[in-house]
Amino acid sequence: MLKIENLHVRVDGKAILKGINLHVRAGEVHAIMGPNGSGKSTLSNVIAGRDGYEVSEGSIRFKGKDLLGMAPEERAWEGVFLAFQYPVEIPGVNNTYLLKAGVNARRRHLGLPELDAMDFMQRVKEKAKLVELDPSFLSRGVNEGFSGGEKKRNEIFQMAVLEPELALLDETDSGLDIDALRVVAGGVNRLRSPERAIVMVTHYQRLLDYIQPDIVHVLVDGRILKSGDKALALELEARGYDWVREEAGA
Amino acid sequence: MTVLKPEQAASREYQAGFVTDIESDTLPPGLNEDVIRHISAKKDEPEWLLEWRLEAFRHWQTMSEPRWAAVDYPPIDYQAISYYSAPKSKEDGPKSLDEVDPKLLETYEKLGIPLREQEMLAGVAVDAVFDSVSVATTFREKLAEAGVIFCPISEAVREYPELVRQYLGSVVPTGDNFFAALNSAVFTDGSFVYIPKGVRCPMELSTYFRINASNTGQFERTLIIADEGAYVSYLEGCTAPQRDENQLHAAVVELVALDDAQIKYSTVQNWYPGDENGVGGIYNFVTKRADCRGKRSKVSWTQVETGSAITWKYPSCILRGDDSVGEFYSVALTKMHQQADTGTKMIHLGRNTRSTIVSKGIAAGYGQQSYRGLVRIGKDAHGARNYTQCDSLLIGDRCGAHTFPYVEVKNPSAVVEHEATTSKIGEDQLFYCRARGVPEEDAVNLIVNGFCKDVFNELPMEFAVEANRLMEVSLEGAVG
Repeated sequence: MLKIENLHVRVDGKAILKGINLHVRAGEVHAIMGPNGSGKSTLSNVIAGRDGYEVSEGSIRFKGKDLLGMAPEERAWEGVFLAFQYPVEIPGVNNTYLLKAGVNARRRHLGLPELDAMDFMQRVKEKAKLVELDPSFLSRGVNEGFSGGEKKRNEIFQMAVLEPELALLDETDSGLDIDALRVVAGGVNRLRSPERAIVMVTHYQRLLDYIQPDIVHVLVDGRILKSGDKALALELEARGYDWVREEAGA
Repeated sequence: MTVLKPEQAASREYQAGFVTDIESDTLPPGLNEDVIRHISAKKDEPEWLLEWRLEAFRHWQTMSEPRWAAVDYPPIDYQAISYYSAPKSKEDGPKSLDEVDPKLLETYEKLGIPLREQEMLAGVAVDAVFDSVSVATTFREKLAEAGVIFCPISEAVREYPELVRQYLGSVVPTGDNFFAALNSAVFTDGSFVYIPKGVRCPMELSTYFRINASNTGQFERTLIIADEGAYVSYLEGCTAPQRDENQLHAAVVELVALDDAQIKYSTVQNWYPGDENGVGGIYNFVTKRADCRGKRSKVSWTQVETGSAITWKYPSCILRGDDSVGEFYSVALTKMHQQADTGTKMIHLGRNTRSTIVSKGIAAGYGQQSYRGLVRIGKDAHGARNYTQCDSLLIGDRCGAHTFPYVEVKNPSAVVEHEATTSKIGEDQLFYCRARGVPEEDAVNLIVNGFCKDVFNELPMEFAVEANRLMEVSLEGAVG
């Protein structure tokens, strides 16, 4: 589904990603772990199409299509979703209205009829339950006055409504207390399906106790140095990242 | 994300840019006492009003154009403007819509404001001002039942001379400022509203203005009086056909609120802003002022300003009555080469008077935007309060936003608060919306409409929808 090959990315002339290779198949859950500054967030932002990143080499293909040539909204229409590490507040813009605009733009792109207000509200209410989001949040401004935990919950709620094929979760666990983490993880788990791939970026293995990954990658200094199963995450938790560096001779 | 290109910014073609071909009875350009006598005679006016006009004209000749606003335009040749233009009619005027020139009705339909539909569906009475003379007035009888007078001011001069004489110029005196003096000398028509004691006007009153004949300055005069305990909501919406030459518009609006009266005055203004090179467009030099003469009276100004090449406009409230309330809610959008210097004045004279100012300025392209506001607390205004919130949003990097707040407090018990922000439309916000699948242009609209929400919420329902659409249409192409 997602095929990243030899991806090199610079920010302000500085090399951040130095040859990433990553293959994700439908139904898989991948975790990308690494210390601060290793390039984890850069990777998810580049996949989603954020401005300010210079791809100097390599390719990202999604369902066989070249993602790098697409605008962020086109990537969303293809089924890419990014749960932000720091969701922005957009004062005065109704949360539900934003989602409806996004869902219907995608439906137009796919040649499907747009959802009317009734159908859409139905869908939104069901999905809100999934992450135990209070219905009052639906009519509030996007993230306006939300606490950190509420913002993260709202991200997963949006993911549920938008029904992406590839979900990128950027440090979704950061800033969550254990109860909020359980709720958010529960929401993500319910969204796991054979058609959907999930890529989680995190530097704590804590999240992986709740969302079991199929494959764990270790991203250090802009390169994936090691990949393995869940056991690798536990090992990282116990031993830190240095041994991976040494083992890779980096 | 794509970088916003100012040269492309907000340069969509003006949709209301067409000209209706109706024969006009137009005076040759120029202004002197004979022209004023001619206008007055055309209007069949009483002697006192002619004298009033002439006095204003003589005063005007001693004045000079104000230059303190942060706007820039070539000098206006007042002798090159024609001061009277009326659509020709066979009789003295149409008795019903059936008698209205079908081409005029067509014009309204192009603008999406079919009179008939509005009459029947929206329940809005429309006093349509077309080239200086009101040609269609509706719902008059229904309003008359409630005792409400809503008619062209020229008619009010004939039918209700005492009321007009008592209040005309009592809020904005003939010599108040350069443009108000000019208006007083040459105004051709406008609306007159009187709501009697204790009456709540049964419908929203609405006037659609339209400038049509080339080179004809339009000088509207509006006078609204809410007697004790009365309530009225008045809507004003404007569009104009595309023109190369600048058109001067110098309107005067006077509102009078007596004890316990309330006036809500809403404007959506979409006059021709000029082309993307800054050629053409309306010069909008307007004097709007409300006198909260009575105790516990209240006046709210709400304006959405997206048109005109130059806007010079400060809808104000004189809070004379004790416990009176003044409000000003404004959204102003300048794009391409538009310039706006707009704001309000809240003059607190009475005790426990309160005022609220919420101003939202949006600048795109090469647009320049200034908020200019005065809050004055008089020495007897014990317990007066003001809250001012003034936000600016910039789209692109060639536009500008400026804030000029003036505060004068002569009473120590007053509380005056001022908050101001200027922000660039956030790339983070745009990316967030786009990552959710919202196309860039729609995302800008969403963010701008969210920014304006506090003001749009103050508009009557139909106008709020129109305002949203207007912002969207105006911002098309604001991102490249």
